[in-house]
Amino acid sequence: MEEGKESPWEPKLITFLCNWCSYAGADLAGVSRIQYPANTRTIRVPCSGRVNILYILKALQHGVDGVLVSGCHPGDCHYLSGNFSARRKFAVLSRLLEYIGIEKGRVQFSWVSAAEAGRFAEVITEVTEDVKKLGPAKRLVKNIG
Amino acid sequence: MVSGVEFLRNVNLSNKVEVGKRVTVIGGGDVAIDAARSALRIGAKEVSIIYRRSRKEMPANPEEIESAISEGINIEFLTAPVEVLANNNKVISLRCQRMKLGSPDASGRRRPVLIEGSEFEIETDMVIPAIGQASDLSMIGESDGVKISGKKTVAVDPVTLASDKEGIFAGGDCVSGPWIAIEAVAAGKKAAISIDRYLRKEDLRAGREEKIASAKEEDTPLMPKPKAPRQIMSSLPLDSRKAGFAEVELGFTEEEAAKEANRCLNCGICSECMQCVAACKAEAIDHNMSEKTIEINVGSIILSPGFECFDPSADKLAKFGGYTSLISQYGYGKYPNVVTSIEFERILSASGPYKGHLSRPSDLKTPHKIAWIQCVGSRDVTCNSGYCSSVCCMYAIKEAVIAKEHSPEPLDISIMYMDMRSYGKGFDKYYERAKKEHGIHFIKSKAYGIQEIEGTGNLSLRYVTEEGKLHFEEFDMVVLSVGMKPRPAVIEMSKRLGIELDHYNFCKTDSFSPVNTSRPGIYVCGAFQGPKDIPETVMQASGAAAASAAFLSESRGELVKKKEFPPEINITGEPPRIGVFVCHCGINIGGVVNVPGVKEYAASLPDVVYVDENLYTCSQDTQELIKDKIKEYNLNRVIVASCTPRTHEPLFQETLQEQGLNKYLFELANIRDQCSWVHQQHPEEATKKAKDLVRMAVAKVRGLEPLKMISLATVPSALVVGGGIAGMVSSLNLADQGFNVSLVEKAMNLGGMARKIHYTLEGGDVQAYLNELMEKVNNHPLIKVYTKASISESSGYIGNFVTKIQVGPKKEITEIKHGAVIIATGGEEYKTKEYFYKKNSRVLSLLELESEIIKRSKKIKECRNLVMIQCVGSRDDERPYCSRVCCSESIKNAILLKDINPEANIYILYRDIRTYGLKEDFYREAREKGIIFIHYEPDAKPEVVPFKESGKEGLRVSVKDPLLGEQVIIDADLLALAIATTPPSTNKELSQFFKVPLNEDKFFLEAHMKLRPVEFATDGVFMCGLAHAPKLIEESIAQAQAAASRAGMILSRKLVQLPGTISFVNKNKCIGCGECTSVCPFGAVALDEKQHVAVVNDALCKGCGICSASCKSGAINLYGFSNSQVVSMIESL
Repeated sequence: MEEGKESPWEPKLITFLCNWCSYAGADLAGVSRIQYPANTRTIRVPCSGRVNILYILKALQHGVDGVLVSGCHPGDCHYLSGNFSARRKFAVLSRLLEYIGIEKGRVQFSWVSAAEAGRFAEVITEVTEDVKKLGPAKRLVKNIG
Repeated sequence: MVSGVEFLRNVNLSNKVEVGKRVTVIGGGDVAIDAARSALRIGAKEVSIIYRRSRKEMPANPEEIESAISEGINIEFLTAPVEVLANNNKVISLRCQRMKLGSPDASGRRRPVLIEGSEFEIETDMVIPAIGQASDLSMIGESDGVKISGKKTVAVDPVTLASDKEGIFAGGDCVSGPWIAIEAVAAGKKAAISIDRYLRKEDLRAGREEKIASAKEEDTPLMPKPKAPRQIMSSLPLDSRKAGFAEVELGFTEEEAAKEANRCLNCGICSECMQCVAACKAEAIDHNMSEKTIEINVGSIILSPGFECFDPSADKLAKFGGYTSLISQYGYGKYPNVVTSIEFERILSASGPYKGHLSRPSDLKTPHKIAWIQCVGSRDVTCNSGYCSSVCCMYAIKEAVIAKEHSPEPLDISIMYMDMRSYGKGFDKYYERAKKEHGIHFIKSKAYGIQEIEGTGNLSLRYVTEEGKLHFEEFDMVVLSVGMKPRPAVIEMSKRLGIELDHYNFCKTDSFSPVNTSRPGIYVCGAFQGPKDIPETVMQASGAAAASAAFLSESRGELVKKKEFPPEINITGEPPRIGVFVCHCGINIGGVVNVPGVKEYAASLPDVVYVDENLYTCSQDTQELIKDKIKEYNLNRVIVASCTPRTHEPLFQETLQEQGLNKYLFELANIRDQCSWVHQQHPEEATKKAKDLVRMAVAKVRGLEPLKMISLATVPSALVVGGGIAGMVSSLNLADQGFNVSLVEKAMNLGGMARKIHYTLEGGDVQAYLNELMEKVNNHPLIKVYTKASISESSGYIGNFVTKIQVGPKKEITEIKHGAVIIATGGEEYKTKEYFYKKNSRVLSLLELESEIIKRSKKIKECRNLVMIQCVGSRDDERPYCSRVCCSESIKNAILLKDINPEANIYILYRDIRTYGLKEDFYREAREKGIIFIHYEPDAKPEVVPFKESGKEGLRVSVKDPLLGEQVIIDADLLALAIATTPPSTNKELSQFFKVPLNEDKFFLEAHMKLRPVEFATDGVFMCGLAHAPKLIEESIAQAQAAASRAGMILSRKLVQLPGTISFVNKNKCIGCGECTSVCPFGAVALDEKQHVAVVNDALCKGCGICSASCKSGAINLYGFSNSQVVSMIESL
């Protein structure tokens, strides 16, 4: 990871966006030129239900400071029930994260539709701010030197 | 004495020019002024200009004249020279004469006329005549065969500059007369091209006729801004001017320049400034394109010219019997805060005028109180829009809800409506939520006018509610829900095509052939056929395609060109060789992100062997370049860093395929929508992010493998479930397209609900149509009809279904193989227990009433008072949907009955009359015929009690009349109930057989409410008719044709291709826990009982990856988004 030399610490975030709603919402934010912080790196997935819990843990292990998973609104899933499957997984994951001492707010889940460009930018801004307040995620990072 | 041009040349060549003390210039053009002002600057003490007309006619630039006068130059207007007087060869004076203006000459200017005896002398020591120039044509002329024009110039063709004499070309002043140098240069080049072509014996004209289409006057919008004066440029003080040739006009200050630039030029649509040509780096703009007539040979035409919005501007309203519509009182165009619904839509839009902030136009303040006025340009005969525009109620609710959600401050919203027409699928629920959850006020009222409250920009809305009370209410903003109108251009189009229009200029169609125009082979869809919402438009579009496909079935596929790809290159075992193409997207990416930096960075990444940057990576020439580079560098993975894969992935994938690479060896890094567009103010961060995204893409593609598209042979026949009108229309269309159809009907006979309907509202004979349809279906060689049959089992997938049906009283099992299935199971009449239905013989359902009317029964003939109650079983807590057809059906029967028995009093008790679209005409007709409509609310439903007193017998109906505010009692002979339409109970079973969902009301749930109204998320399964939701016959027919069109697309292909991005199982890792089988929404994963491992059915898998994310042992994975690929992306960060 390239760090700026003397600039203040900026969090690095990974966002998993489902192809049909949230990724499309991010595209619309682009088309509408809605500005948001540049801390996120997006990984496009077919469905929020495709996001393996392992990915989130891997990201935290790897020094990523925050993770956002965003899918379609309930009832709008392109695969009928993938977002519900994701929601159940994250309900379980959040308890595990709490148990192992990962602060609340570092890993977040949201619904953003293909039409909600403004909401997408808001979510990214909020998550970035939340993670900024929490500071760097070191808990799962190996070999901090 | 020296000529003006010569004098100026000498001055400009800095030759020493002698100038007298008193200089007189003769002439009125720019040269004269220029000579005079120059003379002043090189030492003349007194300078005069004499000009024979007045200042008004003077051809010189007015600013030049002004400057000359201010510099002290004396201009003698209306003065002509007579004689130059000299002494010893030296000029001493100029004798002049005064003139006056006479009648206009050929140039339109008034001719100067001599005033007798007005001669006088001007003392002068230098005379500069500047009275025009002419070409010296002594070297050429008519005798050489060259035509000379009336202006004494050479006559040439304006395009080629060829004279009448072959081989002689001319240009410059000898053609144009005195004119500017740059035009002479241009003419020289033009002539050179002509001469070159002439010598090569080529066509002189080809490709040179420049015709720039200028905008038509009627298309030019009015100046949107008030006229602003030019900025006045400061100039050099007078006393500094005479010292030399310093620039007199000193230029604008920054502030003045900005003001000047802000002035609206009112260039209309295009002022041909050509700046767009210079700005478009892709060179896509060509102003020389002109209208061309192209002839295309077709067998069928589909018309979908759409509609235009009603214009509520007072001056645009049509007059009706000498009156202007009430809409003129709404002040649209006069008050800035009265906007149309379309304008409000833009206000809410992120790319709109206020960047998505809810602001009102007058002062950009956030409004706190907004009213919507419905039916502006709809249901209004005074503006020739007697129809209902069908969509305004829903869009108004939508806009109101979004505005509420959008507003940073509390927002109070009222919608002023006549009838709330939320008749579509799921619409009533949305309406109820808007009322209950969002607190939007719905006020049944008529708006009479709007006045702006001075100084505030607020608006006082005057409206009358149902009780007849007049209200004045203040709003910050008012939105006019404008209706749909046919485009004026369709009138001309319909004449050319020979098709009929209706009295509103919508395309005329028949209830039983809703996509057929009056001319065979020409079909129609969308709002041109009548106002409609998106789902109906989409259905009709597919329906028109189906009708056209059946019409042309004999020649199907004749003009289809199949794209062939070269054989795929085998890359097994080869190390990754990645090519990265970074796109500038014009300035869209390159203007923010440092593209060369990203390219250079990409070159440093592992396995990247080629990098490039392109102005537009998606352009055709770049596709060729990518193919060349794949070949040259043996690339086996390609990354394009540009825009979104959602739009551009297929294009680049095809480029890979054209070069023999598997299309799944491709990845897009979205550095536009996710970097340059959203971090515009932070180029460094955007560049850094772009590099990261490219690095992640490289990490992913290193692990990509070629994937196989699955090709499955298709069984070219269809199963249609349900033999009502919808099912039969689908079957017949598919059979007419040439496919085998099995039609399964659970009853003894075909026909369904339509057997009980006799007429449509428009008067169409349903039974005649039905009999003809049944005969066609029963006799069609490609249709096999199974009656008294039901489905017992179904398996398979798109292109290959196997369904078992039980037929006849013995329930014999038949197995049907089919490539697609259409569900058309229809609807049923709800069995209500309200209002003594089935208990009192005077209470009938609408269908029963219709049957009595058709029979002309005694009940009907003797009926004095008929009451109809609407929404029995619809729009309540149990069935919170509108049954859509009942209002039209009630009005149809009321009109029929009134025609048979004019003495009868007919009362229709309703919640909202929903005669949407062109059906509104019949609501009006019913009222004109004296049918009485009384509105009731669900909390004060009509009450019915049977009575028998003093020899009279009947049903006593009481309902609160909102206008009178009192309970009205009607003693009815007959009571007709508009009973809800419900889905058949068998829908549940079918939904399980075909793995397709039902909605909360147990109708089938489509893949997308608006855009995919006949499809399911499950491929190969379609629906139509009342299985989808209650609807009218014509809508069922259109949807049935749409379903046939969609099914026909699958059946017409020999193979079905399915994407390669699907799940797969590593048998060695699988523990057979069955988690994947339980989470799969499509039933695509099953457990192999023998091996005790999961097995993916490739044809059913949609590639969502839920199974993989749920697998405890990591045994099931997703091609194209595999665990290792995603993890490597994470780890590359």
